[in-house]
Amino acid sequence: MRLPAWLLSDRAGLALLAVLVVLVLVVPALNLLVPSDHPLHLSAYTVTLLGKYLCYALLAISVDLVWGYMGILSLGHAAFFALGGYCFGMYLMRQIGARGVYGNPDLPDFMVFLNWHELPWYWQGFDQFWFAALMVLAVPGLLAFVFGWFAFRSRVSGVYLSIITQALTYALMLAFFRNEMGFGGNNGLTDFKEALGVPLHADGTRTVLFGLSALALAGGYLACRWLVSTRLGRVLVAIRDCEPRARFLGYRVERIKALVFTFSAMLAGVAGALYVPQVGIINPGEFAPLNSIEAVIWVAIGGRGTLVGAVVGAVLVNYAKTWLTGALPEAWLFALGGLFVAVTLLLPQGLIGWLRRREAAA
Amino acid sequence: MSELISELDAAGMHTPVEPVDASHGILLYLEEVSVTFDGFKAIDKLSLYIGDGELRCIIGPNGAGKTTMMDIITGKTKPDAGRVFFGQTVDLLKLDEPAIARIGIGRKFQKPTVIEPLTVLENLELAMSGAKRLRGLMTTRLTGAEHDRIAAVLEQVGLLEQARRRAGVLAHGQKQWLEIGMLLIQEPRLLLVDEPVAGMTPAEMERTAELLRSLAGAHSVVVVEHDMGFVRSIADWVTVLHQGRVLAEGALEDLQADPRVIEVYLGDDHAAG
Repeated sequence: MRLPAWLLSDRAGLALLAVLVVLVLVVPALNLLVPSDHPLHLSAYTVTLLGKYLCYALLAISVDLVWGYMGILSLGHAAFFALGGYCFGMYLMRQIGARGVYGNPDLPDFMVFLNWHELPWYWQGFDQFWFAALMVLAVPGLLAFVFGWFAFRSRVSGVYLSIITQALTYALMLAFFRNEMGFGGNNGLTDFKEALGVPLHADGTRTVLFGLSALALAGGYLACRWLVSTRLGRVLVAIRDCEPRARFLGYRVERIKALVFTFSAMLAGVAGALYVPQVGIINPGEFAPLNSIEAVIWVAIGGRGTLVGAVVGAVLVNYAKTWLTGALPEAWLFALGGLFVAVTLLLPQGLIGWLRRREAAA
Repeated sequence: MSELISELDAAGMHTPVEPVDASHGILLYLEEVSVTFDGFKAIDKLSLYIGDGELRCIIGPNGAGKTTMMDIITGKTKPDAGRVFFGQTVDLLKLDEPAIARIGIGRKFQKPTVIEPLTVLENLELAMSGAKRLRGLMTTRLTGAEHDRIAAVLEQVGLLEQARRRAGVLAHGQKQWLEIGMLLIQEPRLLLVDEPVAGMTPAEMERTAELLRSLAGAHSVVVVEHDMGFVRSIADWVTVLHQGRVLAEGALEDLQADPRVIEVYLGDDHAAG
């Protein structure tokens, strides 16, 4: 089989895909086949941690698509991630059935606690996997489309748009904190048991979720890479670098922006949906403005407008976060801020941009 | 999902473009157009007619309304009053910028605005696809016919050798030609060109003059320019704008002798040039 030209010329992307293939083969083997007292054994905790990184990497790709290629600095992309997570979390809640603390077969525990007697209408259908999976795409996509449609048509751009996206995720956070919203309020959704009849806490399930995350990341990467290599990708660059030129060439800039923004939000939603069963909880904290800003920092550190850089940035920064929040918890935010400032000053193109420049110079 | 698909298509053209009806010999009509910004009359009952295939220069001091006029023609600014027609039938005031670009009005900005990270070829491809439906954008390949058209335009603007270079590394003059090429590949009936030779070397200016002259006939070309030498080298017919109105129209030699024109504009420049 011959690879298409757009992929063949993307050496960094091929390297990323190769790494993902190796991970999918090696990680489950080290977890399931190597005895737990062996030094090479990977604990379920590590498998889940790696899976989480891959979900973050997919979120980072979705941010890079709109920021790196279309010039829209979204400071609210974690909202789409969280919405995808909530949609899948609702499915997982419904799978608990009568095994909750209150043993109510029809209502999740928090609804029993709130003294609700029936399932709200917007929870209908979420006991079906296919419906929840559809909503994982549809809910973030719809919000992004409506938001983008109005914002881009009003020609809101630049820092104003960034501020509105930040306000969007903040508003959602406040809304989801309210118990009356019917999404578990402060505590969110948790205590998940199984998905598709498979227990979530089994080692085998964790490796499968890891594999699915890798698959989603690879798929998301390929979709974005293909998109930016088409003519549409060049239109995106034109919109980023000179929006009036694109408009006066006959492109309906606001529609293209709204569509790509929607697609990006759907990717973020998928990332959130895969994240939730691995961490076992989704709560309004995922809408926190800081989460969206962190995602932007991953992309900036890895190199915006490169896609691969987004993955590299997300994994490296989150690895550093895991390590530092363990060793020196109060130092993390300073380290993150410092890293962002340092990269902006010293490596304005990010790690991948810096590597490419070095290679070009050599 | 079907909604999304129709949205995808709507990102492209709505309806096929009808050929412009310039049967009366006039391609662009501006009649009694006025626009006011915060009490300042940028355009004041401006009437202007551009003939089919004509090469027209528009001159005037700063603030005369030249750029605002371009903004009105290309849909960026809506006037308070007046009529703007493209040929006999197309009311430009009912269209937005992309629609106006698609019916055949190309606008060259004053500053060269090419997409710097893309190659010369990709810039032209981008411009060529401007009228395409989104589905048509979902491809990575050029057809043979498209390739030929790009090559023809590259030759016309003298950038054949530069085709594979990034637009960002081109010389200033080459960027200006590339932008003109991006308009040409859309086969516009009317080209609006804002100060094309600002910052050009004399040799580049000469080439640009040649290029613009070669375009007249097949296209109508409207050039806004400050450089009198350049205006003399390209246009037979010149319009002088002043305070949002047409002050005078005619051959450049006659205008340079017109006391009103000398007073508002040409005086200094003439003395200097």
